[in-house]
Amino acid sequence: MKETDFNTSYKPSWCPGCGNFGIFIALKNALVELGLKPENVLLVAGIGCSGNVANFLKSYTWHSLHGRALPSAIGAKLANKDLTVIVMAGDGDGYGEGMAHFIHAVRGNANITYITHDNQLYALTTGQSAPTTEKGTKTKSTPDGLIDERANPMSLALAAGGGFVSRGFSGNANHLKELIKKAITHEGFSLVDVFQPCVTFNKVNTFKYFFDRLYNLDEKPGYDNTNILMAYQEALVWGDKIAYGLLYQNQRPSYDQGLPQLKGQALAKRLVKVKNIDQLVREFA
Amino acid sequence: MVNKKQNKIFSAKSRNNLTWKIGGEAGFGIMSAGLMFGKIFMRTGYEIFDYTEYPSLIRGGHNTYQLVVDTKPVNSINRQVDILIALNQNTVVQNFSEINNGGALIYDSDKVKVVAAKLADKQIKALAIPLTTLAKEAGGELMRNVVALGASLCLVGQTLTIANKIVKENFSKKGQIIVDNNIKALKAGYDFAKKNIKEEFVCQLPTLPAKDNILISANEALALGAIAGGLGFYAAYPMTPSSSILHYLARIAEKTGLVVKHAEDEISVANMALGAAHVGVRSMIGTSGGGFSLMTETLGLVSLTETPLVMVNVQRAGPATGLPTWTEQADLQFILHAAQGDFPRIIMAPGDAGEAFTMGHQALNLADMYQMPVIILSDKLIGEGYTTIARLNTKNVKINRGKILTQAQLSKIKEYRRYKLTADGISPRTLPGMKDGLFIANSDEHDSYGFSNEDSQNRVEQVDKRNRKLLEFAKTMPKPLIYGNPKAKKTVVFWGSNKGVILDSYVALPDKIKSKIRIMQYQYLWPFDGEFTKKILNTSKEILIIENNPNGQLANLIAQETGIKIQNKLLKYDGRPFFREDIINALKKF
Repeated sequence: MKETDFNTSYKPSWCPGCGNFGIFIALKNALVELGLKPENVLLVAGIGCSGNVANFLKSYTWHSLHGRALPSAIGAKLANKDLTVIVMAGDGDGYGEGMAHFIHAVRGNANITYITHDNQLYALTTGQSAPTTEKGTKTKSTPDGLIDERANPMSLALAAGGGFVSRGFSGNANHLKELIKKAITHEGFSLVDVFQPCVTFNKVNTFKYFFDRLYNLDEKPGYDNTNILMAYQEALVWGDKIAYGLLYQNQRPSYDQGLPQLKGQALAKRLVKVKNIDQLVREFA
Repeated sequence: MVNKKQNKIFSAKSRNNLTWKIGGEAGFGIMSAGLMFGKIFMRTGYEIFDYTEYPSLIRGGHNTYQLVVDTKPVNSINRQVDILIALNQNTVVQNFSEINNGGALIYDSDKVKVVAAKLADKQIKALAIPLTTLAKEAGGELMRNVVALGASLCLVGQTLTIANKIVKENFSKKGQIIVDNNIKALKAGYDFAKKNIKEEFVCQLPTLPAKDNILISANEALALGAIAGGLGFYAAYPMTPSSSILHYLARIAEKTGLVVKHAEDEISVANMALGAAHVGVRSMIGTSGGGFSLMTETLGLVSLTETPLVMVNVQRAGPATGLPTWTEQADLQFILHAAQGDFPRIIMAPGDAGEAFTMGHQALNLADMYQMPVIILSDKLIGEGYTTIARLNTKNVKINRGKILTQAQLSKIKEYRRYKLTADGISPRTLPGMKDGLFIANSDEHDSYGFSNEDSQNRVEQVDKRNRKLLEFAKTMPKPLIYGNPKAKKTVVFWGSNKGVILDSYVALPDKIKSKIRIMQYQYLWPFDGEFTKKILNTSKEILIIENNPNGQLANLIAQETGIKIQNKLLKYDGRPFFREDIINALKKF
């Protein structure tokens, strides 16, 4: 397999220079290097520019409703644990309408990978403020400046019990590819929040903005990504410097490991036949 | 309504039926005592139907449990009761008027005061029992309910043999001390009654030949039906009166290989189940109207992606929080139209626990065969109410998974198209993991591969294709059921849980009234069988529709589909089900 084997006949419709390209390429390369085949991958896409990836990645694909990608992915993974389930959603999609699902998905720790395309605004609806938009930012929906505080996916995920909390940057596709590989192989819910500059609507959080600020945690001396307090500290760094890479990882059991009935063959592969209910009925006699 | 015969209830040596009711605060064990009483009489060979009234709280308030015991199958309740058990004063205040003339009142003389004149007025026999004292002596005040149960059994001429067994079964999980104490409490009530009641107080419900029945609610029967039909994934968020499906399935999940997920909200519930269904596992979700409101967004997605999903709405009285623990049938028009866009769905409504079992497995088949949402509309009355039905078995359960390609079939297809245009509208599915079967299950309108597509012609083709599936199903859909004299010119029309009260009342009518009436039940509400409806209604001189909602939602559907406007509507929307008295009066006047 090579990267282009994961292309459909549809050409990506993202704007030239869009940060989504970097994520798309990193994902395809990660899949190739992990030896995965299109039929063993279930991509669950949200709604927004990021969600349009549904048409571009050659795999089994579920194109969900806005904000609802995570629950569908969790259901699919519990039902067929043999599939590699990858969720792609935007920051508006995933942290706005999908915020409750996000927190509970982190808590539940189903064995899926969540890649958020974080461009810090709503792009497909032409540039309104998102939950990740900087306070004070003027957008179409906040012409006098955003009053709300910025949501922080890293600290939220850590607080909800996240077992794999990471941040990537679409300007560093190689780093991102490695991060996605780690996330996919992690047993449990893995978050990869990717800074993905919107070249059309976001004139502040540009590629240059991130190149000037990002520092790679993998290269930070003494950083221990199994230490949650260190992770919190890095999650809260914001402004002139911003950390990226794997902030935190632990090995707590994934959701399916709490279900003895999921041991053995994947649920979806078991033959559906009439179930004997005699013993169950006896209880009502 | 003075009935001379009823004055003799408690002097008669034996009778065919009895209505028993127990009232007290939430937390008094009203329902557990009631269910034990029901089970005792089922094992004694009787048929049972029960009905609970309770407010939405855990302690306090006024709870009642009403049980009809009959030698014949019974699926409805009377307003009037033969024996009332008052664990508190409030029960006397609220429910005294329901006691039949000549009936009996058992009350806790430690807590309740009864005015003698009121009793004499209706020839009601009162039995004052120090329930609290006797319960405390047996080991704890909480067992007042069991003391009252013992006394009730004495009153109807039963021994404690079966009751002791049921108490053991009921409390065995809580340990031997609890079992022993409850058996003591049962005996204390029984002995007290035996010592203190006069001969004419005793009515006899003799032990009958045992039947192979079970005592079950429609919620549990539906769950069992789905299990029998190969359910693999159930998701829900707790909501009265649907929660007992969740509780039951969660309890048996591990041993049946089922995955049950209590998700963070009904939106997540619907999408999780859809994810599981997408990869090929038979999936179902359950809720009540409020939760279904959150699921409507997903309902459209189910239909657009052509994914099989069974959705259960156990109705309660809305709108908003409404009357959370009371019954109503007011979600039909909502379910018919729920979600934006115009798309196919199948809607069915069980009339009782037996039908709920059947629909539990049939809905899974239909969802798979027609690749669309199948909605089961039940309600609180049958969902939470227990009734005796013949022991359920899987004799009539069949599995039809519809058009799912095997890997061998798929390998022969040159270029697989998930949403291929077909004559019946049904396109063969692949399941994720299969080689050469890739597709996008797309929430955007899509072409035959699943790619997003906004072309005019494609849009029309895909909409028409999806709609053809419903037309295809309509060809084989069972017709509405006809009871009574099929040639009669007076037609009673209903759907759902009113089945019990209408058929029970009908049976009780004199033959000359019965022969003039036929009754039509809709088990399938969408697609709607307009042709059959017209055939029946156009040959009727008079039509009466009976519904538990304020505007006659089925009547409106019939008008929409046939142009026939039913003027004569018997509607009830106070949160209570119809009582037999309501229906008998209506049918006599009809």
